[in-house]
Amino acid sequence: MALPKAKEDALSARLAGLPALSGKGWISAARAEALARLQAMGLPAKRDEYWRYTDPASLNAVDPAAAKSFNPGDEAPPFDGLDRLKVVFVDGVFDPQASDDLGAEGIRIERLADAAAADIHWAQGLYGVLEAAGQSPVQRPLAALNTAFATDGLLIHVTGNATKPVALIYVHNSDNSDAILHHCVKLDPGASLTLLENGPAAARFSKVLEVDVADGASFHHIRLQGRDHERRAVTHLFARLGARSELRSFTLTANGRLTRNEAVVDLTGPDARAHLAGAAVGDGDFHHDDTVFITHGAEACESRQVFKKVLMNGATGVFQGKILVKSGAQKTDGYQISQSLLLDEDSQFLAKPELEIYADDVKCSHGSTSGAIDETALFYLQSRGVPRRTAQALLVLAFLAEAIQEIADEDIAEDIRERLERWLARHGSKAGA
Amino acid sequence: MLEIKNLHVKLEEEDKVILRGVDLKIGAGEVHAIMGPNGSGKSTLSYVLSGRDGYEVTAGSATLDGAELLEMEPEDRAAAGLFLAFQYPVEIPGVGNMTFLRTAVNAQKKSRGEPEVSAADFLKLVREKAKTLKIDAEMLKRPVNVGFSGGEKKRNEILQMAMLEPRMCILDETDSGLDVDAMKLVSDGVNALRSEGRSFLVITHYQRLLDHIKPDVVHIMAAGRIIKTGGPELALEVENNGYADILNEVG
Repeated sequence: MALPKAKEDALSARLAGLPALSGKGWISAARAEALARLQAMGLPAKRDEYWRYTDPASLNAVDPAAAKSFNPGDEAPPFDGLDRLKVVFVDGVFDPQASDDLGAEGIRIERLADAAAADIHWAQGLYGVLEAAGQSPVQRPLAALNTAFATDGLLIHVTGNATKPVALIYVHNSDNSDAILHHCVKLDPGASLTLLENGPAAARFSKVLEVDVADGASFHHIRLQGRDHERRAVTHLFARLGARSELRSFTLTANGRLTRNEAVVDLTGPDARAHLAGAAVGDGDFHHDDTVFITHGAEACESRQVFKKVLMNGATGVFQGKILVKSGAQKTDGYQISQSLLLDEDSQFLAKPELEIYADDVKCSHGSTSGAIDETALFYLQSRGVPRRTAQALLVLAFLAEAIQEIADEDIAEDIRERLERWLARHGSKAGA
Repeated sequence: MLEIKNLHVKLEEEDKVILRGVDLKIGAGEVHAIMGPNGSGKSTLSYVLSGRDGYEVTAGSATLDGAELLEMEPEDRAAAGLFLAFQYPVEIPGVGNMTFLRTAVNAQKKSRGEPEVSAADFLKLVREKAKTLKIDAEMLKRPVNVGFSGGEKKRNEILQMAMLEPRMCILDETDSGLDVDAMKLVSDGVNALRSEGRSFLVITHYQRLLDHIKPDVVHIMAAGRIIKTGGPELALEVENNGYADILNEVG
């Protein structure tokens, strides 16, 4: 089917600004297929159903808008105290000097560029494969663009229990950097890995993470998207879960002009469990979009979506979350909650929760709320001597608690709570304060 | 200690006058009770003193040891030594009772320029005080007042009072919703805090509470004014004859 003229023009312009497809062997085929998918779909536009609340223009543009990197001052980098395997990318380019050796017990890590040279590679069955599968029923053209043009990334094969978490650190240096990273993680049956991601990465950042969680394997993912005010990012998590496997993913977003985090999770084996959670705090020129699609394709799987946003001074939050229960996926337990706390009348939250169920013995619930801070609770705290700002922070943290509780590691959860507390001490609504 | 002069208060949102010239003086170590029919302005007085939004002071003053309360933020009034035990303690999901208590105690200490209490010392102190109020460790861990019974909520108010050590305590219908045993427990908690340097203003509908917390002075409030002041015998008179006689007598 031919694209409408406007979409075709936008795509041609964008493609003209990108280098020719690179790589040989298996990866060149994967990239060519992704490019074909992109050409069939075109770039996202405001009139597309899943882009109504988020303007993709700055993500589609040939050049990224300039964004200064942010100096966090004396705030310690997240995950610093952890025993971890550190991999650093600067403006989207792997930095071997700053990174640890890419090997540890239970894991094998390769750079995408190195693996692409091989004739045969396990990543052939994964790179672009989950992304391609995730294009239906909702198109995700920016993910196809990523698969076709990713310039760097990691292929992580987890064969056992990875004793250390792998920590990806995304440093943003250049004001005009435009990074496209694509990672694949393959967990063998019964294997486990914790993947940590931290940092804004670039002025404009596109990232795809494809994760294959085999039977009985477990994948924990904790992500902090950095505190740069001006950066823009679009990220996709595609995950396929086998029987009795587990996925837990938590994202903290503080600041950022534009963030679109998509998660596409397929529960393909019975008794699998997927928990996706996000806490976002935004002040002013902040647009944050969580778009989640969970498919229950097997019996007795559990999924949870817990997304909370705190918005002030004109910030915008978006949540589009879907649970699809296929026929035969009996005993499904699906839960979805999206909530926003609006600290003033200038901020807004747009939510589109969806359920589509083709099985008759399932438990699915969803809820979405938007509210102001509880003035009675605020007064109660103040009357005990707690300053208004601190009282407000306590109530905001209480609001975010359900999302933060999804982090399995209590030390990391506590660190995140403390970071949020400090963030809240620095930011407040200008209205009525 | 607390001195209220000619206090006039109306609702901020509508033209409804609630307090029409309240005068009240409470000396250090004294216990005063305010009784009065529904709608006489008793609870409003407690809210205005503690700084709740929604009220407009049109005239008068309220000072604590000479410092004007009405110009302070609620947290500053607390730091100055004022405490209000709420008639309806507020539930705060997601905020642990212990975290709340410690944040409050340390915030007050900080604002007075005193050193903060260490986590260990604090824990020890809370446990000690909680024990006398029959508040168990489980209740301390739960979110503030969430799922607490009426009695537990009131005991939790007294625990906060014990931890914060205010000089001027206002108890707003602390007896409401309490059974006999709980009232005894709460009253014992209050009586244990009575001292030469600490004053109380007990707002209540019933004489019952005053059997447990013996007041030095009893005031009758009606239509936004204190219309009669006397000793403990005034409370008994109300209990036996209702407010009608007093209202007629003054009226």
